[in-house]
Amino acid sequence: MDLPQPLVRMENITKRFAGVTANSSIDFDVRPGEVHALLGENGAGKSTLMNILYGLYRPDEGTIFANGRKRVFFSPRDALAAGIGMVHQHFMLIQSQTVWENMILGLKDLPFIIPKKTIRERILELSSRYGLEVQPDASVWQLSIGEQQRVAILQMLFRQAKILILDEPTAVLIPQEAERLFETIRQMTAEGHGVVFISHKLDEVMKLSSRVTILRKGALVGTVETAETTKEELAEMMVGRKLLFRIDRPDLAPGRDVLACKCLTARGDRGFLAVKSVSLAVREREILGIAGVAGNGQQELCEALTGLRKAESGTVLVDGRDLTNASPKVFIDSGVHYIPADRRGTGMVPNMNVSENAILKRYWNRPVSKGWFIQWKEVFSFARDLIARFSVSTPSIDTPVRNLSGGNLQKLMLGRELSDSPRVLLAVHPTWGLDVSAAGFVREQLLCQRERGGAVLLVSEDLEELITMSDRLAVMCKGEIMGILDRPSEVPVEAIGLMMAGTPLEDLQREPLSS
Amino acid sequence: MEIIIPILTAAVRSGTPILYATLGEILTEKGGVLNLGLEGIMLLGAYSGFSVAYSTGSAWLGVVAAFLVGCLLGLLHAFICVSLKGNQVVAGLAMTMFGTGASSLLGRSLVGFTIPGLDRISVPLLGDIPLLGPVFFQHDAMLYCSYALVLFFCWYFSSTRPGLNLRAVGDNPRAADAMGIPVAKIRYIYTMVGAGIVALGGAYMSLAYTKMWGELMTAGRGWIAVALVIFAIWNPARAALGAYLFGGVEAFQLRLQTAGTTIPAPILMMLPYLMTVAVLLFISIRKGKGIVFGAPASLGLPFFREERD
Repeated sequence: MDLPQPLVRMENITKRFAGVTANSSIDFDVRPGEVHALLGENGAGKSTLMNILYGLYRPDEGTIFANGRKRVFFSPRDALAAGIGMVHQHFMLIQSQTVWENMILGLKDLPFIIPKKTIRERILELSSRYGLEVQPDASVWQLSIGEQQRVAILQMLFRQAKILILDEPTAVLIPQEAERLFETIRQMTAEGHGVVFISHKLDEVMKLSSRVTILRKGALVGTVETAETTKEELAEMMVGRKLLFRIDRPDLAPGRDVLACKCLTARGDRGFLAVKSVSLAVREREILGIAGVAGNGQQELCEALTGLRKAESGTVLVDGRDLTNASPKVFIDSGVHYIPADRRGTGMVPNMNVSENAILKRYWNRPVSKGWFIQWKEVFSFARDLIARFSVSTPSIDTPVRNLSGGNLQKLMLGRELSDSPRVLLAVHPTWGLDVSAAGFVREQLLCQRERGGAVLLVSEDLEELITMSDRLAVMCKGEIMGILDRPSEVPVEAIGLMMAGTPLEDLQREPLSS
Repeated sequence: MEIIIPILTAAVRSGTPILYATLGEILTEKGGVLNLGLEGIMLLGAYSGFSVAYSTGSAWLGVVAAFLVGCLLGLLHAFICVSLKGNQVVAGLAMTMFGTGASSLLGRSLVGFTIPGLDRISVPLLGDIPLLGPVFFQHDAMLYCSYALVLFFCWYFSSTRPGLNLRAVGDNPRAADAMGIPVAKIRYIYTMVGAGIVALGGAYMSLAYTKMWGELMTAGRGWIAVALVIFAIWNPARAALGAYLFGGVEAFQLRLQTAGTTIPAPILMMLPYLMTVAVLLFISIRKGKGIVFGAPASLGLPFFREERD
C-alpha cells in the first residue's frame, strides 16, 4: 500500500530542561486523515514534544519537516503558519474576552476594523460543520470547561490548521462529552486533517486512533498500528512492566461522623456562589470521594471545610463541634488536615527547605518549638524520620522543596499531613501528575489513614481512581451535590457522567439507565 | 452660573495634564506592563517641551519633543521590564526618581522664564453653546487633542484588531503567544507610546497651563494618574471623568484660597491628594465585595515562554 506523504515529521528531537532530559531523540510524524495517539504516563514527555512541534519550545537537537520542507519554528506564529494548531490542556483562551474575540486573536489577514458580522457567520458555519456548538458572543469565563474546549478547537479550525494537536482533551470532560468530541475528531480526519491525540487512557486510544506512539521517561518506546496491538501490550509499553491498577481495600464498618457540613454555601474568588447548600459527612474508617468536572466547586468546598474560605451560610462540624468560619489553625488543631491541589503554592513554600516545610503545621508545638525558639535538632530529626517513613527521595533535608520532583513533593506533603494522625484528611487531586509508583504509594497511604480509623475526603478528576478508592461517592455539579452513591463501583459510569453533567440522582433513579 | 463656569473651565484645564498621564498609563497597562514612573516622565516631558519651545519659539515643536522624550523613557522601561524581565515596580520607582532629579538639574537655567505657549482657540459653533461652550470649547488645541484621544482609545480598544491583540497580551500573554501574537514586540510598542502620552501631560503643564518651567511643577499629578487608572477601571472615558473631577477639586481649592477663606492654604492644597486616598479606599472596598474589575490579569508580571511549573 502506498502511504500518503506525512503532513509533518519530527526527527531526532531532543529537549533538555535544566539538566532533565524531557525528550531524547524522538521521531514522530502525522499523516493526513489519521488520528495518531501519543501515549505515555504523566511526565513521559508527550506535552513537551508537542510544544516543540507547536513552536513554544525550541528543541536542542532535531529537525521538523512540514509538507516535506525543513522548518524551524521560532514561535507558535510559525507553527500556525505551517498549518499546525494545538489545543492545550489548560486552554489558551483570554477569559475576559468573548468567544469571537478569542477566535481572531493574532490573525493578520483581517482588516484593521474588525468585521464582527463576517466572523460570527464563519464561527457558526464551522461550528455546525464539526458539531462544536458555541455562542459567539458569550464571554469565555462564563463558559463551562467543555464549552471552552470547543472554543479552543474552533480557534484552530478558524485559522485553517491542517494538523490538530489535542493535549489530553478528555481529562476535563464527562464521558458523554468525550463521545461528542470523538465525533468531531472523526469529522476532521474524514476531511483530511491529521490529529495528534495525547492521552494516557488506553481505552480511548484503542477506540480512536489509527497509530500509537508510546513515550516513556522522555524516550521513544515505539510506534505501532492500533489494529495490530492490544490494550495490554500498550500498557506494558507505557509503564515498562506489567502493572495493573489494583488496590487492596478491606471492608470496614464506618464509625461516627468526623467532618460534616450542613447547607454550606460559599463564594468563589470571583464573588459568585461556588458552593451551594452542600450537606455531607465523612465518617471514621471511610473514604468519601467527590467527583465532578474541574471547577464545579470542589476546591471551594474543601477550602470552606478547612477554614481557608469563608462560609456564607451553613455550618461546618468537626467531631460534632461547630467550627464554622474558625481559623485554619483551629481546624488543624482539631485534626483536619488538607492536601491542596496547588502543591507549590498552598501546600508548600517552594523556597524553604525540606525540614522547614516539614514543620509548617507544627512549629508552634513542643518539642519543635520552645517559647519563641525553634529547636532545630528536633526539627532535623523529625524531618529525617519523615523522609525515611514516606520514602521521599531528596538530596538532603536542606534542599529547597522547589527542587523536588512532583512525586517527592507530594510524598513529603502527605507525610507532613499524616504524621499527626489526623482525624480527617482532605486530599485534592493527590495523584495528579505522579508516576505510577508514586501514585500507588499515595493511594496506599490514603487507605492506611482509613484503616487507622481516620476519615478521608478525596477529590479527584480520575473517575477510575475515585470509583476504586471510595466507600461512597458524592457527585458535584455547579456547586451542588447531585447525589451520594453508596457503592460507586456497582454504578454504571454513564450514570456518574450524567450526574457530573447536572442530573440529580433522584431523577436517574426515577428513569433508570437502559444499559 | 457666574461662579460655576470659571470653576468648571478651570477644572477641564487643570484636569488635562492628569488626563494625558492617565491615558498613557492605561495604554501601557493594557499590555500588562506597569509603569510607576509617571511623575518622572511627566517632569521630563514638561522640561523638554518647555526647553524646546523656549529655544525654537514653537510650542508645537515642544509638544513633539516631549512626546519623543517620553517614548525614549518608555523604551528604557520596556527594556528593563520586557527584555530583562525586571521588577516593574522597582523600575518604575527608579524612573520617577531619575525624572525628578534630571529635570530639576537640567531645568535650573530655565526657571523664571515664560513663553507665549499654546494659543487659545475657540471652536467655531461649539464654543458658542452656553455653559458647554466656555467649559469645553474655549481652550487650546492640545486640550482638544485629549478629547480626540479619549474617543480614539475607546474605539481602538473595542473595535480594532490591534486593540484586541493588545488586551490579549495584557490579560494572558501565554495564550496570546500561543495564538501567534508577538508579546514582547507589542509590550515594547505600547510601553513606549504610553510613556510618550504621559510626557504630553507634563508638556501640557509647561506649554499651556503655566507657560513656564518650575522645579517639581507636576506636584504629584503622576501619582494621581496612577490612582486614576484604577478608578477608571482601565476605561478611557472614565479616565476623563476622573481627571476632570480632580481638576475640579484643584480649581475649587484655588478659588477658595483667592476668595480669602479662613481655612489654611496647606489644608486646601491637600484636597486633591486626600481625594486620591479616598478614591483608592472606595475602590478597595468595592473590590472586597467581589465586583469584577477590568484590570489586565497579567499586569506587572513578566512573561517567560519556556517556564515550567
